[in-house]
Amino acid sequence: MPDALPPLAALARRGPLDRASPVPGVTLAPPMRRVALHGDMSFYAGIPLPRTPLRAALSDETAILWLGPEEWLVLAPACDNVVPGNGSVVDVSHRQVGLHIEGYRAETLLNAACPLDLDLDAFPVGACTRTVFGKAQITLWRRDAALFHLEVARSFAGYVHALLREAALEFGAG
Amino acid sequence: MKFTFDGRPYEARRGDTLAAALIRNGVHLMGRSFKYHRPRGVLAAGAEEPNALVEIDRGGARRTPNLRATVVEVFDGMVARSQNRTPSLRFDVGAVNDLLAPFLPPGFYYKTFMWPIGAWAKLYEPLIRRAAGLGRAPDLPDTDRYTQRFAHCDVLVIGAGPAGLAAAAEAAAAGMRVMLCDEQAEFGGSLLSDPAAAAGLHETLAALFANPRATMLCRTTAFGIYGDNLVGLAERVTDHLPDPDPALPRERLWQVRAKRIVVAAGAIERPLVFPGNDRPGIMLGDAARIFATRYGANPGRNAVVVTACDTGADVARDLAASGVRIARVIDLREGFRVTGTSGRLRVSFIGIERGGAREKIPCDLVAMCGGWTPSIHLYSQARGKPRFDAALGAFVPDTEVSNLICVGACAGDMPGAYRAGIAPVSSEGRAFVDFQNDVTAKDLELATREGFRSIEHVKRYTTTGMATDQGKTSNINALGIVAGALGATIPEIGLTTFRTPYTPVTFGTLAGHSRGDLFDPVRTTPMHQLAVAAGAVFEDVGTWKRARYFPRAAEDMHMAVARECRMVRDSVGMFDATTLGEIEVVGADAAEFMNRVYINAWTRLAPGRCRYGVMLGENGFVMDDGVVGRLAPDRFHVTTTTGGAARVLAAMEDYRQTEWPELRVWLTSVSEQWAVIAVQGPRAREALLPLVDGLDISAAVMPHMSVVEGTFLGIEMRLFRVSFSGEMGFEVNVPADYGHAAWEAISARVGACQGGLYGTEAMHVLRAEKGFIIVGQETDGTATPDDVGLAWAIGKAKPDFIGKRSLTRSGMSGPRRQLVGLRTDDPATVLEEGAQITATTDDNRPLGHVTSAYGGATVGHSIALAMIESGRDRLGATLQVRMPGRAIAVRVTAPVFYDPEGARLDA
Amino acid sequence: MKLIPCPICGERAEIEFAYGGQAGLVRPPPTATEAAWGAYLYSRENPKGALRERWRHIHGCGRFFNLTRDTVTDKFIP
Repeated sequence: MPDALPPLAALARRGPLDRASPVPGVTLAPPMRRVALHGDMSFYAGIPLPRTPLRAALSDETAILWLGPEEWLVLAPACDNVVPGNGSVVDVSHRQVGLHIEGYRAETLLNAACPLDLDLDAFPVGACTRTVFGKAQITLWRRDAALFHLEVARSFAGYVHALLREAALEFGAG
Repeated sequence: MKFTFDGRPYEARRGDTLAAALIRNGVHLMGRSFKYHRPRGVLAAGAEEPNALVEIDRGGARRTPNLRATVVEVFDGMVARSQNRTPSLRFDVGAVNDLLAPFLPPGFYYKTFMWPIGAWAKLYEPLIRRAAGLGRAPDLPDTDRYTQRFAHCDVLVIGAGPAGLAAAAEAAAAGMRVMLCDEQAEFGGSLLSDPAAAAGLHETLAALFANPRATMLCRTTAFGIYGDNLVGLAERVTDHLPDPDPALPRERLWQVRAKRIVVAAGAIERPLVFPGNDRPGIMLGDAARIFATRYGANPGRNAVVVTACDTGADVARDLAASGVRIARVIDLREGFRVTGTSGRLRVSFIGIERGGAREKIPCDLVAMCGGWTPSIHLYSQARGKPRFDAALGAFVPDTEVSNLICVGACAGDMPGAYRAGIAPVSSEGRAFVDFQNDVTAKDLELATREGFRSIEHVKRYTTTGMATDQGKTSNINALGIVAGALGATIPEIGLTTFRTPYTPVTFGTLAGHSRGDLFDPVRTTPMHQLAVAAGAVFEDVGTWKRARYFPRAAEDMHMAVARECRMVRDSVGMFDATTLGEIEVVGADAAEFMNRVYINAWTRLAPGRCRYGVMLGENGFVMDDGVVGRLAPDRFHVTTTTGGAARVLAAMEDYRQTEWPELRVWLTSVSEQWAVIAVQGPRAREALLPLVDGLDISAAVMPHMSVVEGTFLGIEMRLFRVSFSGEMGFEVNVPADYGHAAWEAISARVGACQGGLYGTEAMHVLRAEKGFIIVGQETDGTATPDDVGLAWAIGKAKPDFIGKRSLTRSGMSGPRRQLVGLRTDDPATVLEEGAQITATTDDNRPLGHVTSAYGGATVGHSIALAMIESGRDRLGATLQVRMPGRAIAVRVTAPVFYDPEGARLDA
Repeated sequence: MKLIPCPICGERAEIEFAYGGQAGLVRPPPTATEAAWGAYLYSRENPKGALRERWRHIHGCGRFFNLTRDTVTDKFIP
């Protein structure tokens, strides 16, 4: 079987930035199984789907993000198979790219082009939503106080990544 | 610190503005006025300055004109220059305009440069622009970086004077998220020129800076208030630094969403209107005090203070305390009148008169105290309606604006001593009202005599208040003069509208990151680098980069496209079709949903089969098209045009949610999930066969318009048997990460079959030879399915579909423009797309236009498609394609030039 | 840039939304008269004041919803 070549492959070869760095780091999330769920569903692969708007559920290595009424995005380990269910279950693993924005002032970096209020009170750990970053639509999920998971459509990934790097320059990112 | 002004070196102190440093160095002549080129010094000490506009040159592209010397902070090594003078500030040939002043009344341009009409753009305007002007625009691309940031807070305080600081401190103490911005380099506002306030100021600021919930922004101008308490802030990050870190942006745009806004913008002092009030050395009283006390730069040795209120006494006291001799305080309330001033490049005398007694007083500084105008700009932008306060001689906030309050001087909250009505005007001679646009009291009076009544019209006619300072120092005086001339009150005259921005904002700040590669997303497919390596020439399709053709050595586009077309017709070609939109339509009611969205009938399309689908708008006109494959009874794989992908999905989702919520169907965009490689040509099957892991792709099992799920060298695959070229064709869909590998594998096989790569240009020619339309090229939003020969696709038995009712409206049948082909007599002549077509060269009534035209690589002659009135009734007729200076005769044909039976598709 | 109250996500920036035109239009059946269908296609209200209109939180939860907006003040009316 031939090799897979994810977008931003050059970035994947960079080591993750030092956690203690005062500079917000932007790294490529590992390959994963992504599943778009639509419909009147309650579980995916035995995991209860989050019913609260704008909140993600995390079960072991699988995250399920509420995106809209009757709409979720599953982020699971790449080796997981797609599990059928009621409604619409579509494998979108290659449709988008995950980026991790982490570290001190990660939310300030995101606010360079994202209009959301990312204060911890307004967008707490576990919050997730579709929004915009510059001229791209993104899905943003706060995994930790200083760790955001950003999903962006594959062909917009280069743009979003370049914009993040440009905005991060003033924080001292090289 | 050292700096130069017009090439001469000077010393400055840390914290100096350029104006303060020049004044300390005895330089008072800082600019030439816009229209008359009169010598000017500073009028003010802050952002309202109309006169002292300078250019700061950091070398190369980094030259910025039209900066206010009263705002620019000096850094070591700064190079500053004056503007609007030739050859020098002291001797400016443009000053001849001043002698011509009697002949340059308001409306002069409108009255004089009327004739001949063509001369305006070619002659008059360039001349006027050169003579009357501001600085020189930079002529190199901006090399600085600009950034932007969204922010949210509970309270945004605009202005860090005493009122703003108090508001910020109180909000911060209450635990709120506070932002405090001030346009100056230091927080404090008027407290900065009050030595007694220093300790308290330091304490307040220390507490705010220590508060993690407080954001403190100096050098940051709140330039506009927009909907729902969104405030635009322009932060100047590095302009004050001698050697800025290149990682830092020069400026930053903040878009702040504030739950509450506190405007503490202060007040601006008004000049007095008297003859010769514009000479260097004549300035606002508060400005003189700020230069003397805050900067230690006495603006003169021998001052006359002219005042209309008690401010004059305070100014005189503070100037005297700084060592300035006060020659006289002239209080206009005591019946004095200023008759004029003298001094060519700096004031030397001021003339006064009372009760017939005239006097000339020698001086080198005249401080004008004409009362104070609250800065209601932001309040007014937020749609607050001010009222006129006659005792103050200015407008003050009146109606409430939700979640916005004005505090301190900008709310009209000023000590009684600082309140003055509009000062009396001496309009004889040249008494300037708008210093930057050189508008005098006489000009305003003339405008009223010429019939202008509304202040809005007077403003546009005389240009008062229309300069880059937007009349911050002139508006109230102008209103007073116009009201006086018309015998009306100021509320009757009205107030001109305050618009954003409060002070000029650079294009760089507004553009932010959106320039160069970041101006728009540049979208590429997973095979992009392989196309680059193959020498592709790309074209922009929306925000996508698509390979247009792949030239070999010495080939031009025409040759490359001709070769690529022959290759597809003779052997096999491969093409990157990834950019097409793809939507997975899933659910028990998927077929019913498709029936309602597309004109076609879908119920009986068997799983594993494809159909060419056409989608209309409700108006009955073709909106999009594409091949649809049925993967399972409840699952369709829909393709759309590249440009229509987002629009089609949005339209489908609209109907799904709002018209047919009862249908159990859901839509998922999979455009980016799949890399799509089209393999087209008589040897397409042969090329693919070894790659599809034993899948039977014979014509019997996989005929034209079929789809199958399988594997490609072990990779998940959806294989479509479809053709947009007219040849036997397949489209290989693999998950996008594998597009690169699949492309390489197919490329090797295609090469072995004497084939190769082709681009969008060859794709266009091949499809045009077959008469396949492109939505947006053959159609223009007014074409019905029948117009473009697609009536056969309509599912006639269906009760309804989007646009169905419109197809039977009047005007939707009858003599409409229809798709036809065109042939030229000369097979080499290629028509021009968009050219109009008439019946004869004598008849100019357009019958239609050319929609597509190509050299026609494989049919032996050029081809064209056209939309022509009743075109199908004109087959065989000769029409004229009208070109500049000539006409080209064409014969109307059927739109299919190649393999009309379609035998090659089914091979 | 306005804030638009999405009934599901709360107030969000205008750039996350797509405008959907006048609300409350009823799509007539295919048997509709010429006049009724023509009105559905092209006749829209243009009031000075309250206008019921459709919005979609396209860069958010994706839902269509209706709001009433005052076309004079550009404020949403609860």
